[in-house]
Amino acid sequence: MAEFLQLVFSGLTIGAVYALVALGFTLVYNASDVINFAQGDFVMIGGMGTVFLMAAGLSLPVAAMIAIVAAVLVGLLLHRLAIEPARGASPVSLIMITIGASIFIKGVAQLVFDKQFHSLPAFSGTAPIAIGGATILPQSFWVIGGMFCVVAGLWLFLEKTLIGKAVLATAANRLAARLVGINVTVVLALAFGLSAAIGAVGGILVTPITLTRYDVGTLFALKGFAAAMVGGMGNPIGAVVGGLLIGLMEAFGAGYLSSTYKDAVAFVAILVVLLVMPQGLFGRRAVERV
Amino acid sequence: MLRKILSSRIAVLLLLAAMIAIVPVLAPSSFYLRVAALVWIFGLAALGLTILTGYAGQVSLGHAGFLGIGAYAVAVGPAKLGLDPLLSLLLGAVLCGLVAYAVGKPILRLKGYYLAIATLGFGLIVALVLTSEGAITGGPDGMQVPRVVLFGWRIAGVVPWYWISGGALLIGALLALNILASPSGRALRALHDSEVAAAGVGVDVAAKKLAAFVISGVYAGVAGSLLALMNGFITPEAAGFMHSIELVAMVIIGGLGSVVGAVVGAAFLVVLPQALTVLQEYEQAVLGLLIMVFMIVLPAGIVPSLRRLVLERAA
Repeated sequence: MAEFLQLVFSGLTIGAVYALVALGFTLVYNASDVINFAQGDFVMIGGMGTVFLMAAGLSLPVAAMIAIVAAVLVGLLLHRLAIEPARGASPVSLIMITIGASIFIKGVAQLVFDKQFHSLPAFSGTAPIAIGGATILPQSFWVIGGMFCVVAGLWLFLEKTLIGKAVLATAANRLAARLVGINVTVVLALAFGLSAAIGAVGGILVTPITLTRYDVGTLFALKGFAAAMVGGMGNPIGAVVGGLLIGLMEAFGAGYLSSTYKDAVAFVAILVVLLVMPQGLFGRRAVERV
Repeated sequence: MLRKILSSRIAVLLLLAAMIAIVPVLAPSSFYLRVAALVWIFGLAALGLTILTGYAGQVSLGHAGFLGIGAYAVAVGPAKLGLDPLLSLLLGAVLCGLVAYAVGKPILRLKGYYLAIATLGFGLIVALVLTSEGAITGGPDGMQVPRVVLFGWRIAGVVPWYWISGGALLIGALLALNILASPSGRALRALHDSEVAAAGVGVDVAAKKLAAFVISGVYAGVAGSLLALMNGFITPEAAGFMHSIELVAMVIIGGLGSVVGAVVGAAFLVVLPQALTVLQEYEQAVLGLLIMVFMIVLPAGIVPSLRRLVLERAA
């Protein structure tokens, strides 16, 4: 039982970060039908940015804030300079552009930062807390709590503000949204900026546990994409559930089956879910028109 | 007239043959020949994806998995089972076909990004097995690939492999062009546009998709075998996620659905990183930047965009 609980804790912690990345994928996808493969690199910018700003003498909250702003700027620039000029291109071409952007961001990160692994000090100590025979690091509470705060904030923004409703309207039907006077370009820029901020928050929260490097984004993009698909592409609740699920499957796979094959365990589970529910757990059934 | 020439099968084959013939004349050293051979090999893998993605419209983010299976077939076959390298290559191609059939049968029911994530999972699992089963595959350090001996002649060095890979590309292109011009090829294009409509006019959508997946898997497998045989060494990285992305990128950058485009895309992503090594630490940033710029300027891919330009000039 203690072992089970231990695995649940570690699975939920890493799953929370996957959930944040998946949320970023979902926001951009809903606004544009594009899978932004640079999503994972926002996680890296958040983590690496904070590490280097703290090394420059700033306190953690200030460094974290600046790193988030930097990630948002990168997200907005990505939209303005790379996605917007290619407006009207097919989603495949747009996805290729985001892959190029991801390679570019990693290349620049090597120059601005370095190629070493870095860590951050835990936010509130490293004394493990014992629960039911298992232990959990205080940082895990930050990660899981941070994830829920982001989800709650996003929900309030989308449901309670006018601009948030514009985002939802654009996701539902782009042409109709434009017809009622919503500036779809602004909404898309907003989606890129928001998803960058969410990714950066995830990166800052998880770096004390998992370390960070200029190229960690690939792994997060891969897992976050998988999480978004399991949950059902385009569904924010699905993204969160999918992220936590993949984190848990990885932890159980590593704990009970084989730590070498934990990724295989997670992906086999994803395949099983998709074969039973081809639209993901919460996805809507797409009807093809002729 | 020009339109006819540009779209004729023989013109495409002659163009490729001319490119293969002219590189050894122009190449100042065997290094350039090696890079060109890599272009033909990756072009072959990209051709398979042209059939699957460009024609049938099915995305795969796991084709490096087939590349890895083909590569390790010619490494493991001779070294552990005592098989002839060429027989291993054939067995590797058959194995790729069988794996593609077994994997494709269930997952090709998925559509769009859902199919992408399922194939991604497949590629990841292949790479993981190659890395973890060290007793057979040599683990993350990779393994040596025995040299091919043909009629007492030991094939080593760049020059023979250049011509072998070039020949393989030509054969692959001929087969691809014939498939694409056949009723099956038209069926693939039909289901790309609309599966419902294609099924409505009597296309067996599931069977055609599966056939395209198997063919593209065999293409990638043969390319992997050639890669391993030429390099004489192979690591699990060949089956890695970034390689799968690269293969898809070749097809999209060259131009979805274009046979010449697949080879041009392969040339783009093989030659460019080699050329950019002079930039040292700026290499990755510049590569990413160039991919973005090319896709923004030529969103339909290099070959279709240029083709349109030429036709507009002529008209």
